[in-house]
Amino acid sequence: MERGRNAIVSALAGLNDRAGLIPFVVAGDPNFEDSIELLRILSEYADVIEIGIPYSDPLADGPAIQAGAARSLANGMNLSRAMDLISAVRTFSPVPIIAFTYANPVYKTGIAKFLSNARGAGADGVIIPDLPHEESEDLRRELDRLNMAYVPLVSLTSGERAARIAKTATGFVYCVSTLGVTGERKSFAAQLPALVSQVKASSTVPVAVGFGVSQTEQVAELSAYADGVIVGSAFVKYAGLLKNAAPEDRNVILQAFRRFASDLAGATNKGEKLG
Amino acid sequence: MNPDHSGRFGDFGGKFVPETLMSALYQLENDFERVRTLPEFQTELQDLLANYAGRSTPLYFAKRLTEQYGGAKMYLKREDLNHTGAHKINNTIGQGLLAKWTGKKRVLAETGAGQHGVATATVAALLGLECTVFMGEEDIRRQALNVFRMELLGATVEAVTSGTGTLKDATNEALRHWVEHVNDTYYIVGSVVGPHPYPYIVREFQRIIGDETKSQIMELEGHLPDVIVAAVGGGSNAMGMFYPFLDDREVALIGVEAAGEGIDTPRHAASIAKGSKGIIHGALTYLLQDNDGQIIPAHSISAGLDYPGIGPEHSFLHESGRAKYVPIKDQEALDAFLTLSRLEGIIPALESAHALAHALKIAPTMSKEQILVVNLSGRGDKDVDSVRSILSEGGQTLGTRS
Repeated sequence: MERGRNAIVSALAGLNDRAGLIPFVVAGDPNFEDSIELLRILSEYADVIEIGIPYSDPLADGPAIQAGAARSLANGMNLSRAMDLISAVRTFSPVPIIAFTYANPVYKTGIAKFLSNARGAGADGVIIPDLPHEESEDLRRELDRLNMAYVPLVSLTSGERAARIAKTATGFVYCVSTLGVTGERKSFAAQLPALVSQVKASSTVPVAVGFGVSQTEQVAELSAYADGVIVGSAFVKYAGLLKNAAPEDRNVILQAFRRFASDLAGATNKGEKLG
Repeated sequence: MNPDHSGRFGDFGGKFVPETLMSALYQLENDFERVRTLPEFQTELQDLLANYAGRSTPLYFAKRLTEQYGGAKMYLKREDLNHTGAHKINNTIGQGLLAKWTGKKRVLAETGAGQHGVATATVAALLGLECTVFMGEEDIRRQALNVFRMELLGATVEAVTSGTGTLKDATNEALRHWVEHVNDTYYIVGSVVGPHPYPYIVREFQRIIGDETKSQIMELEGHLPDVIVAAVGGGSNAMGMFYPFLDDREVALIGVEAAGEGIDTPRHAASIAKGSKGIIHGALTYLLQDNDGQIIPAHSISAGLDYPGIGPEHSFLHESGRAKYVPIKDQEALDAFLTLSRLEGIIPALESAHALAHALKIAPTMSKEQILVVNLSGRGDKDVDSVRSILSEGGQTLGTRS
């Protein structure tokens, strides 16, 4: 099985008639074992999985993912346990994994050490939402050395920056669907399709859309023009339910989680535009 | 020095923010450089600083304090006499005008103790701007009076429940809100923190403290001071005071960090003494963090110093050795708070009491010919309630009541 940046590109570029589903959950949310359980289910429906390494001050995240990070950290999650969790997922799934975290844990650990740990655990790439193009040179160099994917974010306010950023991507380009932080939203910015096509024109790798996506209709809408769709907060909420669930309710929640993942995966067909 | 093209003071600073804000930060950089050179902008700024904020503020010779401590001549830069009671207004007038001159109708701010929030709400009222202030729920509870002040001034105060419900979290939430409203909202950052160009802009609007001090001391004494002491949370009053003296190598610059219950306990806010390099609120700087880079909440008796980071230019001054940073504990600040009240009839802000406490430590070791300037960054009205309850919890009474 191919690993590293090529694994991510192939997972999204080779789909032809549908877009890739890229779910996000927080490592260790609500605890290590349940987190593994959720990832086991997701791995059956995902084309790429984003695993959030929780951070105390997640600037780019809305309330749902903030709560997920807080649950996970409260349960003793740390960087080394997060790497253990990625390794554990690797034992049952070949799906490409992207580690999502913030600049400070990477900087504090040291870029080279952080990335080589992540690579060793089985991660194929990283997303760091508060490390913009101008600050990312050292990270990109190290990712190149390890053959890991760089997944930069492009937003509706990027303007002429969009093309420059898109060219640096080596896994996929992450287009942010709206102004604001992560979290469920009713609709996307009107300029989103134009942004995606502008980015596609400058990028040699697939282009995915995320932030605010929570419904099958939205996945269908985005699948019509994006190569991948990222869904985070809507999945993370199930971890919150699981944390507070009575033992007899756990299976109901896990089944609902599975159904949700399956419905979203089913909505990625490019032909099935809602009209 | 000014930050380099990437917004760094040496290694420190930069722009560690989500991509959505990057264009706005470049725009702000350009707007600031353009607008500040316009004579009409400068006229309006100088007029408001003089006739609205009440500048210049006096450089006051503290005669009784000096006599009592028997060493250096102690001068107090009276930023406490500004409108709204602290140096914060220097910056909010500057950035408020910048917002107005760049056509923004809405401003946004974070606040800890509420001083920057009040100063922002004040300027928003003055300039007819809509104003939203983010404040941690814990701080809202501790500083109820300032919350009401902001509301009186027409601002909306948004309670922040995430994290520890203090300044760090209010700043996160203000940044998140800015990401969502970046097209029509100006974010008035309250200290020399945050992504470039904020540390630079705030310092430029606060340097009036040091510029005034320099000409005042030359007039009063005919030479520069030997030592300048200022309290540092994010560090805007200190940076404003220090900056005009950076090239005057004979002037020792001392920043005072909050040591809370002691820097060898977990409860302090001493980012330089006990922190390490990392990234907080968009800048690379010293901060309190664990080995994984998780930010550790700060503690100080003073809500204005209760912050786990420090402005990047201070980190640079520390590393270059140009300024020295020392810790002062809650109790030492409290003692200085009482001393100044009793000896000079000035009730200082608890933040400023930290600077004063260090000055009182070193003054006796200096000669009578030497000059020590303390930046009295704010007045203590906001702190009298909490000082009263701290004193009564400690069983202390202030005597003299019959």
